[in-house]
Amino acid sequence: MKMQSAWEIAEGVRKGSISAVEIVEEFFERIEKHDKEIRAFITVSKDSAIQQAKEIEKKRREKKLGRLAGVPIAVKDNICTRGIETTCASKILKGYIPPYDATAVRMLKEEGAVIIGKTNLDEFGMGSSTEFSAFFATKNPRNLNHVPGGSSGGSAAAVAKGLSAVALGTDTGGSIRCPSAFCGVVGVKPTYGLVSRYGLIAYANTLEQIGPIANNVIDAALLLSCIAGHDPHDSTSIGENKDYTKFNSSAKKLKIGVPRQYFGEGTQKAVSDAVWRAIKKLEGEGAEVEEIDLKSVGYALASYYIIAMSEASSNLARYDGLRYGFQDSSGARDWSTLFSKDRKAGFGFEVKKRIMLGTFALSAGYFDAYYLKAQKVRNLIIQDFQRAFKKFDVLMGPTMPTTAFKLGEKTVDPLAMYMSDCDTVPANLAGIPAASIPCGSSNGLPIGLQIMATPFEEGKMLNVAKTLEDILGVYAE
Amino acid sequence: MKGISREDVRHLAWLAKIELSAQEEETLSKQMADILNYFKILDKIDTKSIEPAYHVREVKNVFRPDEPRKANPDEILKLAPAKKGRYVKAPKIV
Repeated sequence: MKMQSAWEIAEGVRKGSISAVEIVEEFFERIEKHDKEIRAFITVSKDSAIQQAKEIEKKRREKKLGRLAGVPIAVKDNICTRGIETTCASKILKGYIPPYDATAVRMLKEEGAVIIGKTNLDEFGMGSSTEFSAFFATKNPRNLNHVPGGSSGGSAAAVAKGLSAVALGTDTGGSIRCPSAFCGVVGVKPTYGLVSRYGLIAYANTLEQIGPIANNVIDAALLLSCIAGHDPHDSTSIGENKDYTKFNSSAKKLKIGVPRQYFGEGTQKAVSDAVWRAIKKLEGEGAEVEEIDLKSVGYALASYYIIAMSEASSNLARYDGLRYGFQDSSGARDWSTLFSKDRKAGFGFEVKKRIMLGTFALSAGYFDAYYLKAQKVRNLIIQDFQRAFKKFDVLMGPTMPTTAFKLGEKTVDPLAMYMSDCDTVPANLAGIPAASIPCGSSNGLPIGLQIMATPFEEGKMLNVAKTLEDILGVYAE
Repeated sequence: MKGISREDVRHLAWLAKIELSAQEEETLSKQMADILNYFKILDKIDTKSIEPAYHVREVKNVFRPDEPRKANPDEILKLAPAKKGRYVKAPKIV
């Protein structure tokens, strides 16, 4: 199936050769046909989407159309959408209808994007397969017996299957890049601070970013251009508005570092072969390639999980079932019992586990050995990346050590599931931008190549991604 | 770290305000011990002279003007599961 790219849709709608209403209806037809088996969406917002599309048609006559005019977009269900239920795939937020739009969502609407629905995720973003959704598991459109990756599995699956032109995901430790690699699409985790987190329901706020998932690099760059920039509602956002859609051939002269630690013992041969093949092609075009050591990366996974769980235990303390969300109906009269019952029935097991471990890591007597230690190791990782980027323009390696695993394969073994994030978490700890693009496949399952750059060098990173995409070709089913 | 007893799990659950089933307590005491044991890998790395990185960027004291904006309290109140008039109903705190 030929995918309609977002930039082509927007161009057609602006020119008048494509009707925004017709294109949106076309995507809903595909959702009705395919989402019964993929299960990418928690909520489909057809009425408001058609309404939005009609307004775009009206604006066309006034020639006031934005950069994403009429482009259908799916939004991960941990990003607030005014008037559309936002659940984080958790029972505790079932029925929550946000009274406001996340800044990224507001910016997309201003550019004419049409929100077609909210996509499935691991509850609160806690997982790497979308199997920890409280509602249902999403399937990988490339092979229905396999997971789509996570936690933005619904967004990546929807884009890969053509149920949405583009999507928003969020990435705390790889949640955009992992499902993008597993589903064969392009995913970008921006520099920490480039995109506002206002309206992103917090899991681990020093690590996470909202970012684009798309079928090609131009679409991802276009989407990023529309959501980047400072927002007074998020005091950690310090990014500038930039146009990332201007590409050139400078990638062929870059210095590329390939950290050995990204090809550790759990890496499938098919994955390292495909990644190296792509890197060699870039070298053939004139890029300088050198293998390097990033020793601290071997400690990134433990450091990441301690920090993420600690922040989660604090962030998720807000769910008391009083002001919004699920409330237990047993009539408990003291607050401690009521909150504990709300949270018992409202949270899934993985969420409880992470809150418990975070509570442990922050508790008296263990704080220094776990939380403080993890933050010191985080500093070493930041320094390691800084040193590497003094010499190299970008770093490359696999996004995931394996192709998509089978449904149910890792749900009973939490450590095995955590280990699959080993190549994605370092970028979150260091706050650097990282992208995943398809670079091949093994037994019909896509393989993702990861590109990392220095903070706020998304332009350079996406330029490399575009060059590689031109050399390798867009992943085709 | 010697492992996580059922008693430890219960204490943490109390701190975290999460009621657990007996089955959850048992699974957690095992899984948490495994995970914490894995975290000990960090002991291998010397961090004596390293400062913690609480944040990737040094952004400090970000201010904005304290200006009131329009809000709709009824829209917010609508979300509360239990209410009495225009108040959120909560259990007795003290």
